[in-house]
Amino acid sequence: MTIATLDFVPTELARGRGGGGPAPTRIVVAYGFWIFLLSDFVLFSGLFAAYAVLSNQTAGGPTGAELFNLRKVFIETMCLLFSSYTCGLGALSAERRQPGRFLGFNVLTLVLGAAFLIIESTEFAGMVAKGAGPSRSAFLSGFFTLVGTHGVHVTGGLIFLVYMMAQVVAKGLRPHVLRRLLCFSLFWHALDIIWVGVFTLVYLMGAR
Amino acid sequence: MADVRLFHDRTPGVEEQEPTANYLSYTAGLGLAILLTIISFVVSQTNLLWPPGVPVGLIVLAFAQIGVHLVFFLHLGSGPESTNNILALAFGVLVVFLVIAGSIWIIANLNWNMMDMRP
Repeated sequence: MTIATLDFVPTELARGRGGGGPAPTRIVVAYGFWIFLLSDFVLFSGLFAAYAVLSNQTAGGPTGAELFNLRKVFIETMCLLFSSYTCGLGALSAERRQPGRFLGFNVLTLVLGAAFLIIESTEFAGMVAKGAGPSRSAFLSGFFTLVGTHGVHVTGGLIFLVYMMAQVVAKGLRPHVLRRLLCFSLFWHALDIIWVGVFTLVYLMGAR
Repeated sequence: MADVRLFHDRTPGVEEQEPTANYLSYTAGLGLAILLTIISFVVSQTNLLWPPGVPVGLIVLAFAQIGVHLVFFLHLGSGPESTNNILALAFGVLVVFLVIAGSIWIIANLNWNMMDMRP
């Protein structure tokens, strides 16, 4: 109780505000990765702005209402949402040092993410086959750039995931592997946030 | 004796494992996100909302869902560990808003001032 009079005593209140000594590595790593994700959001904001501006410039070509199949979009959304859920449960299993459950949940994440990509690529292929490729109109250029960039991110996320699963198998759930897993979870959940913007702005507003 | 926690010192690189979430919080997040998604799809396909207000309704639902994702999946909370992340997020939101709203505003203005070139 005498120590309480010293003013350099770290307090719970001072944590995260520079007091109480250096933050744990896990917090610092997550913060750095969060900054990267925010810069990714800024990248997407440019593509969203381009799409929003160009969405009515169809140059006499097909409009969104003619091209979009909301049933497929709903299935895509659910794939991504459930993959976010299994990814979260995988992260939880990793935190609790259960590598078997971690691998099980993340195989599901992988399957759901791949299902999303397959549905999206068949949608793209169908549009190109109908003559509604990215070169048809400014609207379609904006559409393929925005949705395609998200798809590329999902592909990158799946490669990241396979790499992380290999690390867990080879190295086990060591602290530095856990920190990389934390970054992967942040990345995967962030992709789902971008997708909320995509299905709202592109598909739901475009299909009206 | 509660003060004992105050003297718990940390060294850089030392991991402290505090449970950030549990199955229940992820499941609650999933349930809320599915609910908001379904409402979004229903609202866009029916006349449940006053039709000219549908885009605004969809934007509100999207923001609500993004909030659910941030809190339940990304664990952005009110705790001290989240302070820096929330400040960075606030700046990110500002930049995203400026880019999107600014582009729409400027291009709409240009369109308005453009001569009609159609024959």
